[in-house]
Amino acid sequence: MSAPVLRVRDLRVEFDTREGVVPVIDGLSFDLAPSQALGLVGESGCGKSMTALAIMGLVPSPPGRIAEGSIEYAGEDLVTAGDQRMRDIRGNEISMIFQEPMTSLNPVYTVGEQIAEVLRTHQGLSRAAAWAHAVELIDAVRIPLPDRRAGEYPHQLSGGMRQRIMIAIALACRPKLLIADEPTTALDVTVQAQIFDLLEGLRARTGTALILITHDMGVVAEVAERVVVMYAGRKAEEGPTSALLGHPSHPYTQGLIASVPHVVDEVPREREALTEIPGIVPALAEFGKDRCLFAPRCGSADEACLRARPPEAPWGEGQGVACWHPGPAGSGSR
Amino acid sequence: MTEAMLAVEDLVVRFAVKREGLFGKPGQLHAVDGVSFEIGRGRTLGLVGESGSGKSTSALAIARLIPAVSGRVHLGGIDLLGLEGEVLRDQRRRMQFIFQDPYSSLNPRLRAGAIVREPLDRLGIGTPAERTGRVDELFTEVGLRPEQQRLFPHQFSGGQRQRLGIARALASKPDLIICDEPVSALDVAVQAQILNLLARLQRDLGLTCLFISHDLGVVQHMCDDVAVMYMGRIVEHASRRRLFTSPRHPYTQALLSAVPSADPSRQRRERIMLTGDPPSPIDPAPGCRFASRCPMVEARCRAATPGFRELEAGHWAACRRIGE
Ligand SMILES: Nc1ncnc2c1ncn2[C@@H]1O[C@H](COP(=O)(O)OP(=O)(O)OP(=O)(O)O)[C@@H](O)[C@H]1O
Ligand SMILES: Nc1ncnc2c1ncn2[C@@H]1O[C@H](COP(=O)(O)OP(=O)(O)OP(=O)(O)O)[C@@H](O)[C@H]1O
Ligand SMILES: [Mg+2]
Ligand SMILES: [Mg+2]
Repeated sequence: MSAPVLRVRDLRVEFDTREGVVPVIDGLSFDLAPSQALGLVGESGCGKSMTALAIMGLVPSPPGRIAEGSIEYAGEDLVTAGDQRMRDIRGNEISMIFQEPMTSLNPVYTVGEQIAEVLRTHQGLSRAAAWAHAVELIDAVRIPLPDRRAGEYPHQLSGGMRQRIMIAIALACRPKLLIADEPTTALDVTVQAQIFDLLEGLRARTGTALILITHDMGVVAEVAERVVVMYAGRKAEEGPTSALLGHPSHPYTQGLIASVPHVVDEVPREREALTEIPGIVPALAEFGKDRCLFAPRCGSADEACLRARPPEAPWGEGQGVACWHPGPAGSGSR
Repeated sequence: MTEAMLAVEDLVVRFAVKREGLFGKPGQLHAVDGVSFEIGRGRTLGLVGESGSGKSTSALAIARLIPAVSGRVHLGGIDLLGLEGEVLRDQRRRMQFIFQDPYSSLNPRLRAGAIVREPLDRLGIGTPAERTGRVDELFTEVGLRPEQQRLFPHQFSGGQRQRLGIARALASKPDLIICDEPVSALDVAVQAQILNLLARLQRDLGLTCLFISHDLGVVQHMCDDVAVMYMGRIVEHASRRRLFTSPRHPYTQALLSAVPSADPSRQRRERIMLTGDPPSPIDPAPGCRFASRCPMVEARCRAATPGFRELEAGHWAACRRIGE
C-alpha cells in the first residue's frame, strides 16, 4: 500500500463546557490512502463533524482545542502548522463539503462568481479564465445549461443543484483530500445516487481521497472502501467495508446494522422486529471516562467493561475493535 | 380487499403562488393532482415519494387541515370533505397525526401527562377518573413510566418525545392514524425502538395507518401496501411484496435501484441513473409528470396524462409504456 495521504494519531479534541473539560474526540487514530474512500459513521454527537473540523484546522476555539495527537497530511503535522499554512492547505489541498449547503453558499453572489472567486484566490487565475473554468466545473458536476446556471443565485437552484455547486467549489482546486459531511442527507435518493456517482468518477479520475461522513450504513456500503465507526468521541471499530458489514465484531456496529430496516430484494412474508440498541448516547459529562462508554446499552457488558476503557485490538481480516467482548453477537471475551 | 376504512378519490390540492420573474405573475402549484387510494381496515398503506411530491399535503387535506380543491375522502363511509363545524370536529377526532418532529409538535408548557390527556378532555371521553386511568395505560403501552407524566417535553429524549406523540395520537382510539415521517428526525438506533413500538401497536390494536416516509427501507418494513407518488400523482400502487419485487413504473424502478443498501445481494443490482431534477410543480405541462426524466419516454407521453391501470389484481400503475 502506498504511503497514506492522511495519518491521524491519538487525536484528542477538548471543549470547555459547563460540565468541565470534555474530550469530544478521544484518542482517535486512522489512516487514509490516496484515492481511498473512508466512511465515518455513528449516531448524532459522536464526533464525526468535529473530526472533520480538526483536520481542516477549524475547531472553534475557544471553547475548543486540539489537546493531543497529530494529524499528518502528506507527512506534515497539521496540528502544529500555523494559521497561514492552514489557510493555504484549505481549498488547495484539503476541501470540505459542509452539512448544510444553503448556509455555506453566499446568497448575494451568483454561483459562478463563488466558484470563480475560489479559483482566483487559490490558483491566481484571471477574472475571465476563472469564470470560464467555473462554467466547466458546473458542467463537470452535471448541471444542465452550465452557462446559464453560472449566472444564477443559490435560491434559484434546487437542493440537489446547490449541493453539486458545493462539490464544484470543493473541487475547484483539485484537492488531494475531500471531506464530505452528510453531503446528501437533505437530498432525494435518485439525486443522491447522482452525487455519489459523481464523487466516484472524480475519485477515479483525479486520485482524490474521500472521507464521507454519514449515519447511513447503506451509503457506507455503496461508497466507502473502509469504515470507521465512532461512539462518544472514540473509535468503536474500523475495517474494510465488506468485512465490517459482513462480520461486525463490536456490539455497537452490530446494533447499527441490525437496527435499520434495509431494503431487501427477497421480501419476507413475516416481518421480524428490528434489533434495538436500547437507551441513548451518553451525556457529555460521561465522555472521557476510563470505561467502555457503550456498556450501559450493550447486551454483552459485564464488570470488565466498567473497569477500564477497552484498547483497540486487531480482529478478523483487517478489522480493529475497541471492545472487551468482541465477536459475533456477544460471544467472545479477551 | 377488506372493507375500506379510508377511501380517497380524485383528491386535488393547489396553492396560489407567485412565480419567479415574469413580474411575479401568480401561478398555481399543483401539489396534489387527482390522488385516489383505499386503505382496508387494520391495514397500513405506505406513501412514498421524493421531497415535494405531495405526501404531506395529501395527508393534511385528508384530515381537513388544509382545503382541497376537489375530491372525496370517506372515513368509515362518511364523506369528510362535505362536513362543517361541530360535525366535522367530531369526525376529525377519528383520525390522529403522528408528526416527524417530536420537538415542535408537543406543547412545551404542558406536562407529559397533560399532553396525552388533552384530547380525552377536549373530546369529553370517559369520566375524569377513567381518563386518568387511560393516561396511565397509554404511558405503559408506549414504553414510558407513569411517573414520567410529571415531566415537561424538554426533559425527554427525542425518542421518548416521539413515544409521547404516539400516546397522544392513540388516546382517543382513532379509526385512522396518519404517520408523517415518524422516525426521520431520530437517530438510527432510536428509530428501531419507535418502529418496533409502532409495529406492535399496529398488530395488537389493529390500527389502520397511512404511513408517509421517503425511506423505502422503513416503508418496506412497516407497510402492507405501498403507493408511490411523483409530483402530485400516484404513479404505482401495489402490495408491499409486489412493489418491491416487481415494480412496473419506470420511476418506481429507478427509485428502488437508487436506494443504498447494506444488503450485499443488492450491491450487484443494476442502477438506473436518472438525469436532471423533477420539473417545477407550478403550472406543470400536460402529460406524464415523469416524462422529463424518464428513460422510456415517447412523444405521446407528453401529450396526455396516463391513466391509472390495474395491471394485475391489486397492482396499479400510471404509464402507457408498461407491457409494450
Ligand atoms: N461549541 C461546542 N461546545 C461544546 N460541545 C460541543 C461544541 N460543538 C460541538 N460539541 C459537542 O461535540 C460533540 C461532537 O459533535 P459533532 O458535531 O462532531 O457530532 P456529529 O457526529 O457530527 O453529529 P451529527 O450526526 O449530529 O452531525 C457533540 O457531543 C457536541 O455536543
Ligand atoms: N402552504 C403551501 N404553500 C405553497 N406551496 C406549498 C405549501 N405546502 C406545500 N407546498 C408545495 O406543495 C408541494 C408538495 O409539498 P408536500 O409538503 O406535500 O411534499 P412532501 O411529499 O410531503 O415532501 P417532503 O418529503 O419534503 O415532506 C411542494 O411543491 C411544496 O413546495
Ligand atoms: Mg455532524
Ligand atoms: Mg412531507
